[in-house]
Amino acid sequence: MNGAQDLGGQMGFGPIETEKDELNFHAGWEERAFAITLAMGATGTWTLDASRHAREALHPADYLSSSYYEIWTKGLERLVVTHGLATDEELKQAKVLVPAKPIKRVLKVEDVADVLAKGAPVDRPRQQAARYRVGDRVHTKRMHPVTHTRLPRYARDVAGRIEVIHGVHVFPDANAHDKGEQPAWLYGIAFKGTDIWGPDSDPNLSLRLDLWEPYLDLA
Amino acid sequence: MSHDHDHSDLSDIELRVRALETLLTEKGYIDPPALEALIETYETKIGPKNGATVVARTWVDPEYRDRLLEDATAAIAEFGFTGRQGEHMVAVENTDETHNMVVCTLCSCYPWSVLGLPPVWYKSAPYRSRAVSDPRGVLEEFGVRLPQGKHIRVWDSTAEVRYLVIPQRPLGTDGWSEDGLAALVTRDSMIGTGLAIDPLHKEPTA
Repeated sequence: MNGAQDLGGQMGFGPIETEKDELNFHAGWEERAFAITLAMGATGTWTLDASRHAREALHPADYLSSSYYEIWTKGLERLVVTHGLATDEELKQAKVLVPAKPIKRVLKVEDVADVLAKGAPVDRPRQQAARYRVGDRVHTKRMHPVTHTRLPRYARDVAGRIEVIHGVHVFPDANAHDKGEQPAWLYGIAFKGTDIWGPDSDPNLSLRLDLWEPYLDLA
Repeated sequence: MSHDHDHSDLSDIELRVRALETLLTEKGYIDPPALEALIETYETKIGPKNGATVVARTWVDPEYRDRLLEDATAAIAEFGFTGRQGEHMVAVENTDETHNMVVCTLCSCYPWSVLGLPPVWYKSAPYRSRAVSDPRGVLEEFGVRLPQGKHIRVWDSTAEVRYLVIPQRPLGTDGWSEDGLAALVTRDSMIGTGLAIDPLHKEPTA
Protein backbone atom coordinates (compact mmCIF):
# COMPACT_ATOMS: atom_id res chain seq x y z
CA MET A 1 0.00 0.00 0.00
CA ASN A 2 1.10 3.54 -0.62
CA GLY A 3 1.36 4.33 3.06
CA ALA A 4 3.67 6.64 4.96
CA GLN A 5 6.15 3.79 5.37
CA ASP A 6 7.14 3.96 1.69
CA LEU A 7 9.72 6.69 2.22
CA GLY A 8 12.24 6.21 -0.59
CA GLY A 9 12.69 9.47 -2.49
CA GLN A 10 10.38 11.55 -0.30
CA MET A 11 11.69 15.00 0.54
CA GLY A 12 11.59 17.52 3.33
CA PHE A 13 12.52 15.40 6.35
CA GLY A 14 15.65 17.41 7.02
CA PRO A 15 19.08 16.26 8.14
CA ILE A 16 19.79 12.87 9.64
CA GLU A 17 19.96 13.10 13.40
CA THR A 18 22.58 10.88 14.93
CA GLU A 19 23.00 10.49 18.66
CA LYS A 20 26.06 10.36 20.85
CA ASP A 21 25.34 7.25 22.85
CA GLU A 22 23.04 5.44 20.45
CA LEU A 23 21.42 3.25 23.04
CA ASN A 24 19.22 0.41 21.82
CA PHE A 25 16.45 1.65 24.08
CA HIS A 26 15.78 5.18 25.28
CA ALA A 27 13.22 4.40 27.94
CA GLY A 28 11.94 1.44 29.87
CA TRP A 29 8.78 1.25 27.79
CA GLU A 30 10.82 0.86 24.58
CA GLU A 31 12.43 -2.29 25.98
CA ARG A 32 9.03 -3.64 26.89
CA ALA A 33 7.51 -2.74 23.51
CA PHE A 34 10.39 -4.47 21.75
CA ALA A 35 10.18 -7.61 23.85
CA ILE A 36 6.41 -8.05 23.81
CA THR A 37 6.36 -7.52 20.04
CA LEU A 38 8.98 -10.25 19.54
CA ALA A 39 7.33 -12.57 22.04
CA MET A 40 3.92 -12.15 20.41
CA GLY A 41 5.46 -12.66 16.96
CA ALA A 42 6.84 -15.95 18.24
CA THR A 43 3.34 -17.18 19.07
CA GLY A 44 2.81 -17.66 15.34
CA THR A 45 -0.57 -15.91 15.41
CA TRP A 46 0.44 -13.62 12.54
CA THR A 47 3.29 -13.43 10.06
CA LEU A 48 6.15 -10.94 10.01
CA ASP A 49 4.62 -9.57 6.82
CA ALA A 50 1.29 -9.04 8.58
CA SER A 51 3.04 -7.16 11.37
CA ARG A 52 4.73 -4.89 8.84
CA HIS A 53 1.35 -4.28 7.25
CA ALA A 54 -0.19 -3.41 10.62
CA ARG A 55 2.44 -0.69 11.03
CA GLU A 56 2.22 0.74 7.53
CA ALA A 57 -1.59 0.83 7.79
CA LEU A 58 -1.38 3.47 10.52
CA HIS A 59 -2.69 6.86 9.46
CA PRO A 60 0.21 8.60 7.68
CA ALA A 61 0.17 11.52 10.11
CA ASP A 62 0.31 9.07 13.01
CA TYR A 63 3.08 7.00 11.41
CA LEU A 64 5.28 9.99 10.68
CA SER A 65 4.85 11.60 14.07
CA SER A 66 5.44 8.41 16.05
CA SER A 67 8.79 7.17 17.24
CA TYR A 68 9.92 3.73 16.12
CA TYR A 69 8.71 1.75 19.11
CA GLU A 70 5.51 3.78 19.20
CA ILE A 71 4.87 2.48 15.69
CA TRP A 72 5.59 -1.06 16.87
CA THR A 73 3.23 -0.61 19.82
CA LYS A 74 0.40 0.76 17.70
CA GLY A 75 0.92 -2.05 15.19
CA LEU A 76 0.82 -4.65 17.96
CA GLU A 77 -2.41 -3.19 19.33
CA ARG A 78 -4.01 -3.64 15.92
CA LEU A 79 -2.72 -7.17 15.58
CA VAL A 80 -3.94 -8.39 18.95
CA VAL A 81 -7.37 -6.87 18.38
CA THR A 82 -7.84 -8.05 14.79
CA HIS A 83 -6.75 -11.56 15.79
CA GLY A 84 -9.13 -11.65 18.71
CA LEU A 85 -6.46 -11.93 21.40
CA ALA A 86 -7.71 -8.81 23.15
CA THR A 87 -10.44 -6.23 22.68
CA ASP A 88 -10.20 -2.47 22.35
CA GLU A 89 -12.03 -2.18 25.65
CA GLU A 90 -9.47 -4.45 27.34
CA LEU A 91 -6.62 -2.32 26.02
CA LYS A 92 -8.37 0.79 27.23
CA GLN A 93 -8.96 -0.57 30.71
CA ALA A 94 -5.76 -2.65 30.87
CA LYS A 95 -7.93 -5.38 32.33
CA VAL A 96 -8.91 -8.85 31.18
CA LEU A 97 -12.61 -8.80 30.29
CA VAL A 98 -12.93 -11.78 27.97
CA PRO A 99 -11.25 -15.19 28.24
CA ALA A 100 -7.95 -15.82 26.46
CA LYS A 101 -8.10 -17.31 22.99
CA PRO A 102 -6.05 -20.46 22.39
CA ILE A 103 -2.80 -19.73 20.57
CA LYS A 104 -0.30 -21.99 18.81
CA ARG A 105 2.59 -21.56 21.22
CA VAL A 106 4.04 -19.37 23.92
CA LEU A 107 7.71 -18.35 23.78
CA LYS A 108 9.21 -19.79 26.96
CA VAL A 109 12.30 -18.28 28.51
CA GLU A 110 14.28 -21.49 28.04
CA ASP A 111 13.60 -21.40 24.29
CA VAL A 112 14.55 -17.79 23.61
CA ALA A 113 18.19 -18.44 22.67
CA ASP A 114 17.24 -21.29 20.33
CA VAL A 115 14.41 -19.41 18.67
CA LEU A 116 16.62 -16.39 18.00
CA ALA A 117 19.52 -18.53 16.77
CA LYS A 118 17.27 -20.40 14.36
CA GLY A 119 15.41 -17.37 13.08
CA ALA A 120 12.75 -17.91 10.47
CA PRO A 121 14.20 -18.59 7.03
CA VAL A 122 11.82 -17.74 4.20
CA ASP A 123 13.38 -19.74 1.36
CA ARG A 124 11.15 -22.53 0.08
CA PRO A 125 11.46 -25.54 -2.29
CA ARG A 126 11.63 -24.70 -5.99
CA GLN A 127 8.56 -26.09 -7.68
CA GLN A 128 8.73 -24.40 -11.04
CA ALA A 129 11.54 -22.95 -13.12
CA ALA A 130 12.52 -19.33 -12.70
CA ARG A 131 11.04 -17.16 -15.42
CA TYR A 132 14.11 -14.93 -15.73
CA ARG A 133 17.84 -15.45 -15.93
CA VAL A 134 20.81 -13.48 -14.72
CA GLY A 135 21.44 -10.70 -17.23
CA ASP A 136 17.81 -10.38 -18.32
CA ARG A 137 16.43 -6.87 -18.61
CA VAL A 138 13.19 -6.64 -16.70
CA HIS A 139 10.65 -3.91 -16.11
CA THR A 140 8.94 -3.48 -12.78
CA LYS A 141 5.18 -3.29 -12.87
CA ARG A 142 3.20 -0.12 -12.57
CA MET A 143 0.99 -1.07 -9.65
CA HIS A 144 -0.66 0.48 -6.63
CA PRO A 145 -2.08 -2.31 -4.49
CA VAL A 146 -4.09 -1.23 -1.47
CA THR A 147 -2.60 -4.26 0.29
CA HIS A 148 0.95 -4.99 1.48
CA THR A 149 3.72 -4.95 -1.11
CA ARG A 150 7.51 -4.77 -1.05
CA LEU A 151 7.89 -2.97 -4.36
CA PRO A 152 8.56 0.63 -3.31
CA ARG A 153 6.88 3.39 -5.29
CA TYR A 154 10.16 4.84 -6.51
CA ALA A 155 11.04 1.53 -8.17
CA ARG A 156 7.78 0.95 -10.02
CA ASP A 157 7.57 1.07 -13.80
CA VAL A 158 11.37 1.10 -14.17
CA ALA A 159 13.77 -1.06 -16.17
CA GLY A 160 16.56 -2.94 -14.44
CA ARG A 161 18.84 -5.90 -14.89
CA ILE A 162 18.78 -9.19 -13.02
CA GLU A 163 22.08 -9.71 -11.23
CA VAL A 164 21.33 -12.66 -9.00
CA ILE A 165 18.61 -15.21 -8.42
CA HIS A 166 18.14 -15.70 -4.69
CA GLY A 167 15.80 -18.67 -4.98
CA VAL A 168 12.17 -19.06 -4.04
CA HIS A 169 11.04 -16.97 -1.08
CA VAL A 170 7.75 -16.44 0.73
CA PHE A 171 5.74 -13.78 -1.12
CA PRO A 172 4.91 -10.97 1.35
CA ASP A 173 2.04 -9.57 -0.70
CA ALA A 174 0.10 -12.79 -0.04
CA ASN A 175 1.59 -13.77 3.31
CA ALA A 176 0.63 -10.47 4.92
CA HIS A 177 -3.04 -11.13 4.26
CA ASP A 178 -3.73 -14.71 5.35
CA LYS A 179 -3.40 -15.95 1.77
CA GLY A 180 -0.61 -18.38 2.56
CA GLU A 181 3.03 -18.08 1.62
CA GLN A 182 2.63 -18.40 -2.17
CA PRO A 183 6.44 -18.67 -2.57
CA ALA A 184 7.83 -16.96 -5.66
CA TRP A 185 11.24 -16.50 -7.27
CA LEU A 186 13.20 -13.65 -5.78
CA TYR A 187 15.71 -11.71 -7.84
CA GLY A 188 18.40 -9.18 -7.03
CA ILE A 189 17.91 -6.42 -9.59
CA ALA A 190 20.20 -3.51 -10.37
CA PHE A 191 18.80 -0.16 -11.46
CA LYS A 192 20.67 2.83 -12.78
CA GLY A 193 20.13 5.84 -10.57
CA THR A 194 19.32 7.93 -13.63
CA ASP A 195 16.59 5.48 -14.70
CA ILE A 196 14.87 6.12 -11.39
CA TRP A 197 15.68 9.73 -10.54
CA GLY A 198 16.05 11.18 -14.02
CA PRO A 199 18.83 12.32 -16.34
CA ASP A 200 19.91 15.17 -14.08
CA SER A 201 20.60 12.89 -11.13
CA ASP A 202 23.93 11.41 -9.99
CA PRO A 203 25.35 9.39 -12.93
CA ASN A 204 27.48 7.34 -10.53
CA LEU A 205 24.60 5.88 -8.55
CA SER A 206 23.04 2.47 -8.87
CA LEU A 207 20.44 0.77 -6.72
CA ARG A 208 19.95 -2.87 -5.88
CA LEU A 209 16.55 -4.18 -4.83
CA ASP A 210 15.33 -7.68 -4.12
CA LEU A 211 12.07 -8.19 -5.97
CA TRP A 212 9.73 -11.11 -6.54
CA GLU A 213 8.73 -12.46 -9.93
CA PRO A 214 5.12 -11.19 -9.76
CA TYR A 215 6.50 -7.62 -9.69
CA LEU A 216 8.30 -8.06 -13.01
CA ASP A 217 7.81 -8.19 -16.76
CA LEU A 218 10.43 -8.81 -19.40
CA ALA A 219 11.68 -5.43 -20.65
CA MET B 1 -7.55 4.63 20.73
CA SER B 2 -8.12 7.09 23.52
CA HIS B 3 -7.03 6.79 27.09
CA ASP B 4 -8.38 8.66 30.04
CA HIS B 5 -5.26 8.94 32.08
CA ASP B 6 -4.56 12.63 31.76
CA HIS B 7 -3.64 12.98 35.39
CA SER B 8 -1.16 10.16 35.48
CA ASP B 9 2.58 10.71 35.59
CA LEU B 10 2.97 8.21 32.80
CA SER B 11 2.81 9.25 29.18
CA ASP B 12 0.18 7.87 26.84
CA ILE B 13 2.63 5.52 25.18
CA GLU B 14 3.93 4.20 28.49
CA LEU B 15 0.39 3.41 29.53
CA ARG B 16 -0.36 1.72 26.25
CA VAL B 17 2.70 -0.49 26.43
CA ARG B 18 1.95 -1.32 30.04
CA ALA B 19 -1.65 -2.17 29.19
CA LEU B 20 -0.51 -4.48 26.39
CA GLU B 21 2.05 -6.24 28.54
CA THR B 22 -0.37 -6.70 31.42
CA LEU B 23 -3.14 -8.05 29.25
CA LEU B 24 -0.99 -10.35 27.16
CA THR B 25 0.70 -11.73 30.26
CA GLU B 26 -2.51 -12.23 32.21
CA LYS B 27 -4.03 -14.00 29.24
CA GLY B 28 -1.10 -16.36 29.16
CA TYR B 29 0.26 -15.39 25.75
CA ILE B 30 3.57 -14.25 27.20
CA ASP B 31 6.08 -15.89 29.55
CA PRO B 32 7.41 -12.82 31.41
CA PRO B 33 10.99 -14.12 31.93
CA ALA B 34 11.22 -14.55 28.14
CA LEU B 35 10.87 -10.78 27.80
CA GLU B 36 13.92 -10.22 29.98
CA ALA B 37 15.86 -12.78 27.96
CA LEU B 38 14.94 -11.07 24.68
CA ILE B 39 16.07 -7.67 25.94
CA GLU B 40 19.24 -9.03 27.48
CA THR B 41 20.23 -10.80 24.29
CA TYR B 42 20.29 -7.62 22.24
CA GLU B 43 21.66 -5.47 25.05
CA THR B 44 24.59 -7.71 25.84
CA LYS B 45 25.13 -10.55 23.37
CA ILE B 46 24.38 -9.53 19.80
CA GLY B 47 25.87 -6.35 18.40
CA PRO B 48 28.29 -4.86 15.86
CA LYS B 49 31.22 -6.72 17.39
CA ASN B 50 29.90 -9.77 15.58
CA GLY B 51 30.12 -8.03 12.24
CA ALA B 52 33.55 -6.56 13.01
CA THR B 53 34.85 -10.07 13.70
CA VAL B 54 33.62 -11.19 10.29
CA VAL B 55 35.12 -8.19 8.51
CA ALA B 56 38.52 -8.58 10.19
CA ARG B 57 38.64 -12.25 9.18
CA THR B 58 37.76 -11.24 5.64
CA TRP B 59 40.73 -8.85 5.59
CA VAL B 60 43.29 -11.42 6.72
CA ASP B 61 42.02 -14.62 5.15
CA PRO B 62 41.42 -14.56 1.37
CA GLU B 63 39.81 -18.00 1.43
CA TYR B 64 37.37 -16.86 4.08
CA ARG B 65 36.66 -13.75 2.02
CA ASP B 66 35.84 -15.94 -0.98
CA ARG B 67 33.52 -18.13 1.09
CA LEU B 68 31.82 -15.04 2.49
CA LEU B 69 31.21 -13.51 -0.91
CA GLU B 70 29.96 -16.86 -2.21
CA ASP B 71 27.61 -17.70 0.68
CA ALA B 72 27.61 -15.14 3.46
CA THR B 73 25.01 -16.94 5.58
CA ALA B 74 27.20 -20.04 5.83
CA ALA B 75 30.47 -18.13 6.23
CA ILE B 76 29.04 -15.97 9.03
CA ALA B 77 27.59 -19.07 10.69
CA GLU B 78 31.18 -20.34 11.08
CA PHE B 79 31.37 -17.84 13.96
CA GLY B 80 28.00 -18.94 15.33
CA PHE B 81 26.30 -15.72 14.24
CA THR B 82 23.00 -17.02 12.93
CA GLY B 83 19.31 -16.54 13.19
CA ARG B 84 16.79 -13.79 13.44
CA GLN B 85 17.22 -11.09 10.80
CA GLY B 86 20.31 -12.82 9.49
CA GLU B 87 18.71 -15.86 7.89
CA HIS B 88 19.71 -14.84 4.36
CA MET B 89 22.93 -12.86 4.44
CA VAL B 90 24.82 -11.26 1.57
CA ALA B 91 28.18 -9.51 1.99
CA VAL B 92 29.05 -6.64 -0.35
CA GLU B 93 32.61 -5.46 -0.58
CA ASN B 94 33.74 -1.87 -1.00
CA THR B 95 36.43 -1.37 -3.61
CA ASP B 96 38.42 1.50 -5.07
CA GLU B 97 35.64 1.87 -7.66
CA THR B 98 32.46 1.26 -5.66
CA HIS B 99 31.09 2.24 -2.27
CA ASN B 100 28.13 0.27 -0.90
CA MET B 101 25.46 1.57 1.44
CA VAL B 102 22.47 -0.24 2.94
CA VAL B 103 18.98 1.05 3.74
CA CYS B 104 15.46 -0.21 4.20
CA THR B 105 13.14 2.40 2.73
CA LEU B 106 9.99 0.45 3.62
CA CYS B 107 10.66 -0.30 7.27
CA SER B 108 13.86 -1.02 9.19
CA CYS B 109 15.29 -4.29 7.86
CA TYR B 110 18.81 -4.68 9.23
CA PRO B 111 21.19 -7.60 9.78
CA TRP B 112 20.57 -8.15 13.49
CA SER B 113 22.75 -11.27 13.70
CA VAL B 114 25.89 -9.30 12.85
CA LEU B 115 25.05 -5.70 13.82
CA GLY B 116 22.47 -6.01 16.59
CA LEU B 117 19.51 -3.63 16.63
CA PRO B 118 19.58 -0.67 14.23
CA PRO B 119 20.32 2.83 15.51
CA VAL B 120 17.48 5.35 15.58
CA TRP B 121 18.73 7.28 12.55
CA TYR B 122 18.70 4.13 10.39
CA LYS B 123 14.98 3.70 11.13
CA SER B 124 14.16 7.38 10.70
CA ALA B 125 12.43 9.15 7.82
CA PRO B 126 15.40 11.40 6.93
CA TYR B 127 17.72 8.43 6.27
CA ARG B 128 15.15 6.12 4.70
CA SER B 129 13.90 8.80 2.32
CA ARG B 130 17.23 10.18 1.16
CA ALA B 131 19.59 7.17 1.20
CA VAL B 132 18.26 6.02 -2.17
CA SER B 133 17.96 9.40 -3.89
CA ASP B 134 20.90 11.34 -2.48
CA PRO B 135 23.36 8.91 -0.91
CA ARG B 136 26.29 11.20 -1.60
CA GLY B 137 24.61 13.95 0.41
CA VAL B 138 23.77 11.48 3.17
CA LEU B 139 27.39 10.34 3.32
CA GLU B 140 28.57 13.92 3.64
CA GLU B 141 26.32 14.33 6.67
CA PHE B 142 28.16 11.37 8.14
CA GLY B 143 31.45 13.07 7.37
CA VAL B 144 32.30 10.81 4.46
CA ARG B 145 33.28 12.60 1.28
CA LEU B 146 33.76 10.21 -1.61
CA PRO B 147 35.61 11.17 -4.78
CA GLN B 148 33.10 12.53 -7.32
CA GLY B 149 33.78 9.69 -9.76
CA LYS B 150 33.36 6.92 -7.20
CA HIS B 151 30.35 4.78 -7.88
CA ILE B 152 27.78 4.41 -5.10
CA ARG B 153 25.59 1.38 -4.92
CA VAL B 154 22.65 1.53 -2.54
CA TRP B 155 21.08 -1.71 -1.37
CA ASP B 156 17.42 -1.31 -0.43
CA SER B 157 16.48 -4.25 1.81
CA THR B 158 13.09 -4.94 0.24
CA ALA B 159 13.07 -8.71 0.93
CA GLU B 160 14.41 -10.90 3.77
CA VAL B 161 17.94 -10.76 2.39
CA ARG B 162 20.18 -8.81 4.76
CA TYR B 163 23.32 -6.97 3.68
CA LEU B 164 26.67 -6.55 5.41
CA VAL B 165 29.09 -4.05 3.88
CA ILE B 166 32.74 -5.09 3.96
CA PRO B 167 34.64 -1.80 4.26
CA GLN B 168 38.06 -1.37 2.69
CA ARG B 169 40.95 -2.28 4.91
CA PRO B 170 42.80 0.87 6.00
CA LEU B 171 46.30 1.38 4.69
CA GLY B 172 49.15 0.92 7.12
CA THR B 173 47.64 -2.07 8.86
CA ASP B 174 49.85 -4.78 7.41
CA GLY B 175 50.65 -7.40 9.99
CA TRP B 176 47.93 -6.25 12.40
CA SER B 177 46.18 -8.91 14.46
CA GLU B 178 42.56 -9.77 13.74
CA ASP B 179 41.55 -8.24 17.07
CA GLY B 180 43.40 -5.04 16.26
CA LEU B 181 41.77 -4.87 12.86
CA ALA B 182 38.30 -5.61 14.24
CA ALA B 183 38.66 -2.55 16.48
CA LEU B 184 38.87 -0.42 13.33
CA VAL B 185 35.57 -1.73 11.98
CA THR B 186 32.78 0.60 13.03
CA ARG B 187 29.13 -0.25 12.84
CA ASP B 188 28.56 2.55 10.35
CA SER B 189 31.30 1.17 8.11
CA MET B 190 29.31 -2.07 7.89
CA ILE B 191 26.13 -0.17 6.96
CA GLY B 192 28.07 1.90 4.47
CA THR B 193 27.51 5.28 6.10
CA GLY B 194 31.08 5.27 7.35
CA LEU B 195 34.52 3.95 6.58
CA ALA B 196 36.76 1.81 8.71
CA ILE B 197 38.84 3.86 11.14
CA ASP B 198 42.07 5.04 9.57
CA PRO B 199 44.69 4.41 12.27
CA LEU B 200 46.86 7.18 10.84
CA HIS B 201 44.09 9.76 11.16
CA LYS B 202 41.97 8.32 13.91
CA GLU B 203 38.56 9.91 14.07
CA PRO B 204 35.82 9.15 16.54
CA THR B 205 32.94 7.67 14.57
CA ALA B 206 30.12 5.39 15.56
